[in-house]
Amino acid sequence: MKAQPINWWAIFWIVLAALYFFLPMYGTLDFSLRMERNTISLKAYEIVFADPRFWQGFRYSTLMALITIIVSIILFVPTVYWMYLKVPQARPIMEIITILPFVIPTIVYVFGLIRTFSRPPFQLTLHALTTDMLIVAGYVVISMPFMFRAIDVGMRALDVRTLTEAAQSLGSNWFQVLVYVIVPNLRVAILSGALISFATVMGELILASFLVRPALAPYMALLGLTKAYEPAALAIISYALTWVSLGLLQLVSRGGTTRQLTGR
Amino acid sequence: MGRFSSIRVLLCFAVPPRCKGTNVAMSTSPPPRYRNNAWREHPLWNWVGLVPFFLFIFLFLIIPSLNLFTGAFVTNKGLFTLENLSVFRNPLVLKAYMTSLQVSLLTAVIGGLFGFFVAAAVALGHPPRWMRSLIMTFSGLAANFGGVPLAFAFIATLGRTGFVTALLKEVCFAGPDGTQICPFNPYDHGFSLYSLTGLVLAYTYFQFPLMVLTITPALEGMRKEWREAAANLGASTWQYWRDIALPVLTPSILGASILLFGNAFGAYATAQALTGGSIPLVTIFVGQQIRGDVLGNPHEGYAMAIGMVVVMAITIVAYSMLQRQASRWMKV
Repeated sequence: MKAQPINWWAIFWIVLAALYFFLPMYGTLDFSLRMERNTISLKAYEIVFADPRFWQGFRYSTLMALITIIVSIILFVPTVYWMYLKVPQARPIMEIITILPFVIPTIVYVFGLIRTFSRPPFQLTLHALTTDMLIVAGYVVISMPFMFRAIDVGMRALDVRTLTEAAQSLGSNWFQVLVYVIVPNLRVAILSGALISFATVMGELILASFLVRPALAPYMALLGLTKAYEPAALAIISYALTWVSLGLLQLVSRGGTTRQLTGR
Repeated sequence: MGRFSSIRVLLCFAVPPRCKGTNVAMSTSPPPRYRNNAWREHPLWNWVGLVPFFLFIFLFLIIPSLNLFTGAFVTNKGLFTLENLSVFRNPLVLKAYMTSLQVSLLTAVIGGLFGFFVAAAVALGHPPRWMRSLIMTFSGLAANFGGVPLAFAFIATLGRTGFVTALLKEVCFAGPDGTQICPFNPYDHGFSLYSLTGLVLAYTYFQFPLMVLTITPALEGMRKEWREAAANLGASTWQYWRDIALPVLTPSILGASILLFGNAFGAYATAQALTGGSIPLVTIFVGQQIRGDVLGNPHEGYAMAIGMVVVMAITIVAYSMLQRQASRWMKV
């Protein structure tokens, strides 16, 4: 084989893309460090970290993200498992349902949620706790395409029927099959779904803002209206959060074909 | 968040062979039976396991959507009417739709072209391996990056006091009459980040990586043999692209561009944070309608929102049809 000559045209486009990626990152980082005149300082970060509303938003969003992930797993893992095992003919309808959150823009979806759940018979927006339940349901819906498909792809790599029959022949009930056999085999899929759900919820503005809950993104948007340097610092923090979770996702899913955990 | 941009979803869309036809093996053997209750043998019993999921979806997705839909077609007293559709004759609403369509179209074309060239460079240009993985990793990240932080990043970069703006301002020459001429200060030439141009620039940040993610599998699916066969028959590179590569890629490119279009059409947070709602996008308008009924008739608001769903539905259907068309060529 002859060594490939360097294709400068390709290098040009790649460098251009890299510039588009990194310039705004660098610009934000640079800006966030220049709160004090003529010197590089972490002042903007100190102010953000000293703001109790930041921590309130951070705690709230993290908690909601975790609850969303748990609810999604409890709801979707058994559903996908059952679909593979018993009703493969349900797949087309499931695919349409899981793509619906793409078809309905979030702003329209929140409009529907407010119209439905801010009046009897399902009034949920009166109390903070019930609003939080509503918001978790909303998060589960908008992260469904990611979570559901992650689990779906993971389940595809398994021989669900054989695993189930083997477990059942050893005396497992449905619950045991799911928890001790299926879930451990899906750990990579569940983890990648969880990471992308986490990133989605942490950055989500619309639901929290229109249902008036103290999440991170509405706090950020509010800060952006009045301040200059703190938002840049917040953007860097938010970048870090998103990129750590999505970076982990790429790392996790790069594991290639997930091998089945059986017979060993 | 760029809502279309899950890496997995894209893989699933873009490489249908990975996603389809996998449950063939499952449906061939009859389900094992462990219990003898006759009512459990009924095929409908199998659906029982999906009930919790369907209940959840019904309650939190179907009912809210139907509620908007019915709201769009009734009067205040609850009688059926088509009156509310007159909202689409309201100049404000029309302007919002036109602006949204314009922004979505522009970013789909710009992001699509840019993304296509980058993807082609990565897939066909034999770049060093680290460049390739850098671009693919960052595409996965940037396509998911949007919302408020993206707006802040662009303000810090291209805003009036932004980093790149400052760099460009520095480039000054002494004019013939001794005055300083700074030809590249963008704000002297009518550029503003808080305008449509700025919005398009910011959207491109998540649009072109999405294009890279969607189109790369198609580019990698192009066989080396096609190129060799064309070369053997005396075709130039240009002829190869015009007569073979582009026709094969057309459904993929169109499909990906439509996906980009939908991605921009539904976006709200970036525009809201960047322009404070001064650019009249439909999403912004719907937001204002939710907060304060700016149309003065909630039912017209529902009709306007449902219009968005119609646009998105057309987008998604067109995308999946084109994707199916594209996958025909890519089957190995």
